[in-house]
Amino acid sequence: MRDTFVRTLIALAKENPNIQLVTGDLGFGVLKPFWEQLPNQFVNAGIAEQNMTSVAAGMALEGKIVFTYSIGNFPTLRCLEQIRNDCAYHQANVKIVCVGGGFVYGALGMSHQATEDIAVLRALPGVAVLCPGDPVEAEAATRAIAAYPGTCYLRLGRGGEKRIHDHLPQFEIGKAILIHPGQQVAIFSTGAIFAEIQGAEEILAAHGIYPAVYTFPTVKPIDREVIAHCASRFDLIVTVEEHNLSGGFGSAVAEVLAELPAHARLLRAGIPDTYCSIVGNQQYLRAQFGLDAVGIARQILAGVKT
Amino acid sequence: MTSTQLAWLIRRHGIEMTHLSGGSHIGAVLSVADILGVLYAGILHYDSQNPNWDGRDRLIMSKGHAGAAVYAALAESGFFDPAELKTHYANGSRLSGHVSHHLPGVDFSTGSLGHGLSAAAGMALAAKQDGKHHRVFAVLGDGECDEGAVWEAALFANHYRLENLVAVIDHNHMQSLDTCENTLELEDFGAKWRAFGWHVVTVDGHDHPALQAALADTRNPGHKPTAVIANTVKGKGVSFMENDILWHYRFPHDGWEYDGAVTQLHRVIPDGITDPYTPEGIPNPVQPGPGADIGNDHSTSAGWHPTYFDRRD
Repeated sequence: MRDTFVRTLIALAKENPNIQLVTGDLGFGVLKPFWEQLPNQFVNAGIAEQNMTSVAAGMALEGKIVFTYSIGNFPTLRCLEQIRNDCAYHQANVKIVCVGGGFVYGALGMSHQATEDIAVLRALPGVAVLCPGDPVEAEAATRAIAAYPGTCYLRLGRGGEKRIHDHLPQFEIGKAILIHPGQQVAIFSTGAIFAEIQGAEEILAAHGIYPAVYTFPTVKPIDREVIAHCASRFDLIVTVEEHNLSGGFGSAVAEVLAELPAHARLLRAGIPDTYCSIVGNQQYLRAQFGLDAVGIARQILAGVKT
Repeated sequence: MTSTQLAWLIRRHGIEMTHLSGGSHIGAVLSVADILGVLYAGILHYDSQNPNWDGRDRLIMSKGHAGAAVYAALAESGFFDPAELKTHYANGSRLSGHVSHHLPGVDFSTGSLGHGLSAAAGMALAAKQDGKHHRVFAVLGDGECDEGAVWEAALFANHYRLENLVAVIDHNHMQSLDTCENTLELEDFGAKWRAFGWHVVTVDGHDHPALQAALADTRNPGHKPTAVIANTVKGKGVSFMENDILWHYRFPHDGWEYDGAVTQLHRVIPDGITDPYTPEGIPNPVQPGPGADIGNDHSTSAGWHPTYFDRRD
């Protein structure tokens, strides 16, 4: 997903000399193709995310399309006020890119686990929040935010994510994507955690449950139509995110559901409002919080029975 | 309009605007008035009838709490009708307490300290990349330099040799609760900027020819960004406000405070301009009574005597 992003951005930046990539001193071995091919469209702002973000706002107000790049919480929480005041309020054309959403950098410890970023970023007026689920969505999302007039947040996994889609002819910010229809249960997934959904489906099939599955590459603006559509056709809606349950993707879906006159029950799979002090890799930590295929299936089976 | 005339009008508008609105920060408005007067009357290139003209110099008022001074400078420079200044802080107004870009002539909204120099650096970088020749000015407070982001920007601007970037620091030596030195010591302030690689010029921030000389041409052999450290007096121009931390927040109330401030300004009104509010001054100004709060030390250090540290050299 990360390499797809860089490859896509290089292609876009070659077409549009106004595109700039500003890194917070990260991207070793990743951004090299960009800075070698497009040296005048690249800036290393050093380990100084607050300055990086305001610099990006200033450049954007002069007509640039500026991608800021870092990992984990550094491009978001470290410089939140700069995003709010300098980017979002000015509707600056700044695209904040995080590599390592969720537990990607799990074993590095809680400082490197981006588990509240969706909640925080989606609270900012006018900021589009995108969490692609596979490399194909990542490419489409990169192209979409480059063309979007305003501040965006792109939350990537790292690399090696399985492809969900062969191709995506009609990607649009704010639109969920139907993977396949089903009965009784609808699963909504955002971001790289989608990799666990297929395995969960196999377990559910053994229990006679065949859910519909959607990906939500955009968390904000949320796809209200798909939520409303599913709310009246399924018994149970399940949101899956590699993120804290407070304020994240499941909360965004809950906000829409709660305003409908009648709706399916909601089950939110995510991190239950806690910091993770367990040491382990992404797969291990997902399992600790019931976010691996087995855990997700177990939660859905329990949800169907209640 | 001369810089002296404009600076006087900024002070006069600032007194009126804070008086009417009950707004804070008159001390900072008065300390920065000469800096903005010089910038808008002769240094900055702009077209008030075409505020977004691409060839203009950019200005970010990073110490956004002195917004009244920028609004006054813009209005008197033709960006909008000075009559609108009276709406400062009012319901439905365009003139928020801190600087808002929803107003012609304002390049960037501020209010949270420590953002403006970075944004200005971004604008300056973009101008360099695009081969444009305008300059980008950021007006900072000295207390603002407590913010770490200022020093991130200082590193960045030197590294990228942003010789088209000028930071003007309103060094009034005071901040919110006390002097800068009694809050987080800043001196040797000029040495700090030099150590970060900047081209540093120190001037009397109320001396117009000195400010003009420092700001007119900031090119330098090393292609460094320029810091103009303008030594100023907080509350400059109204004797009972000068160097009194009380006037960081207090506004000139009806009675001797307002009358005294206006009367003192009228003693030094430059030729060729008219006071838009009290053209003849105030005929019989109310005088301060015996209990008037003048010359008292309102700083934190006047009443705070911790024993856990000792800053005596």
